[in-house]
Amino acid sequence: MEDLAIIGVGMHPWGKWGRNFAEYGTFAAREALAEAGVDWKDVGYISGAITVRNGYPGYVAGSTFARALGFNGAQVSSSYSACASGVTALQIARGQILSGATDVALVVGADTTPKGFLKPNEGDRPDDLDWLRFKLVGSTNPVYFGLNARRRIDMYGATSEDFARVKVKNSRHAVHNERARFTKEYDVDDVMNSPVVSDPLRLLDICATSDGGAALVVCSLDYARSLGHEDPVRIGGLSTVTPTYPDMMIDLPYIATDSAGATPEPLRGFKQSIGDKVYEEAGLGPEDVDVAEVYDLSSSLELDWYEQLGFCAEGEAEQMLRGGHTEIGGRLPVNPSGGLGAFGEAVPAQAIAQVCELVWQLRGEAGQRQVDGARVGISANQGLFGHGSSVLVRR
Amino acid sequence: MTKTRVPAVEGLFTEVDGIAHLIGAKVPDRESYFFPAHQAGMAGGDPAAVGADLEECLLSNTGRVWSYTTSSYAPPPPFVANTDPYEPITIAAVTLEREQMVVLGQCPQGITPDDLEIGMEMELCIDVLHEDDENEYTVWKWRPVAAGEGS
Repeated sequence: MEDLAIIGVGMHPWGKWGRNFAEYGTFAAREALAEAGVDWKDVGYISGAITVRNGYPGYVAGSTFARALGFNGAQVSSSYSACASGVTALQIARGQILSGATDVALVVGADTTPKGFLKPNEGDRPDDLDWLRFKLVGSTNPVYFGLNARRRIDMYGATSEDFARVKVKNSRHAVHNERARFTKEYDVDDVMNSPVVSDPLRLLDICATSDGGAALVVCSLDYARSLGHEDPVRIGGLSTVTPTYPDMMIDLPYIATDSAGATPEPLRGFKQSIGDKVYEEAGLGPEDVDVAEVYDLSSSLELDWYEQLGFCAEGEAEQMLRGGHTEIGGRLPVNPSGGLGAFGEAVPAQAIAQVCELVWQLRGEAGQRQVDGARVGISANQGLFGHGSSVLVRR
Repeated sequence: MTKTRVPAVEGLFTEVDGIAHLIGAKVPDRESYFFPAHQAGMAGGDPAAVGADLEECLLSNTGRVWSYTTSSYAPPPPFVANTDPYEPITIAAVTLEREQMVVLGQCPQGITPDDLEIGMEMELCIDVLHEDDENEYTVWKWRPVAAGEGS
């Protein structure tokens, strides 16, 4: 697989702005285009990540952004894969460019999110698992995070303080990120004194929901050179894998896992397989990674990613955290942006925002949160109903 | 007047001789199970089940705790709280041995995380999810085996 160039990134600051999602998306898109030195009329493909919380314009996000930028005749698509939507949109853009169908593509995701728990669509829908889990079990998203955190305590000796330390670390990073929503530095006591949401996790262990928008301009390496981008950050691997049956980790929105009664559990679980795919495409491994942006929907899920992406052995994530290895200045800084804990999730924008941060890091443009000498970065995330999402970038 | 007990959602669980069971589906002659059964209509993810004529079956009514947590704040609709003000509910994920699968369920009111530990034996029971003036709407719940003795 050929590498792809990222020649422009853009991001609307995260917050609870309450404006139309298309505003955030077009803000980010204009910033990315300006940086790339690409005229919108030359963009042959626009790949939008869908939001399901903003009515019809959200379902046709690609054309909503295209219209807001001024219809230019570009080909368009809109993709939904929950939290993975942004990388799915990027995957489609990559296919368009590598097939030669277009020279340059714009990838955009944005959301306006209501306050409180994410909840299922309205109506009586007993054949929809996302409805059943709320109706019969009362299992909100944090319930799954809590089940996961309890396993870490039982299996690896994690403590509530360890979970709090993830939040503390990421909050220290976010102090230097003007695009983050929460830029206050927290300490362990702040987290431990926040109310329990899903035992053992507390309010400050769990990410909020936010408004935000992010965009990327991507093209072939040749096209990048023709525009004067001699050494752009490149996409070396991209993963949108599905699970391999049976997936034995209970995860939202399911109320039961698959059954391993007839088929043994695969050696590498779903979340391990997400990163495996990008390493394989890029011909690199965890030992090559300098910086990572991972989905910390909860603090304990960030710890899982250290292991699932191969940064340490299973059960050793807490040690890696306690040793300061994942802090800026450490061996492998994780979530230098501040992560979801500092941004709050804007679902279709978030996977793109992870890539924006990695690009800034690899260009050396991350200011006070710069990871020195970062040459290889990886993002990881997962969308409900079995959508992997990971991007490996390199320079 | 006694309220009528009706399942909160039809077709997911039943009681046979006073023993609660979830209604799942399985591939004939193959230890591959699905819950809820309607998921099996979409092959439930098992490549070997695609196109198979799946049969309905009752799942094991006991298992061991895989993990547990709480919903300490009231979940949004369609959840209906049975207490006002809302009391945190405890939720257990339980591994069924024969089926080799993990199934979620609430625990009856009064069971807290302090009462549970990973590996503990649990049994299925049918309990009230919420009620109105005429009906009690029921659902499956997981309770520690010891808690069920004598009740």
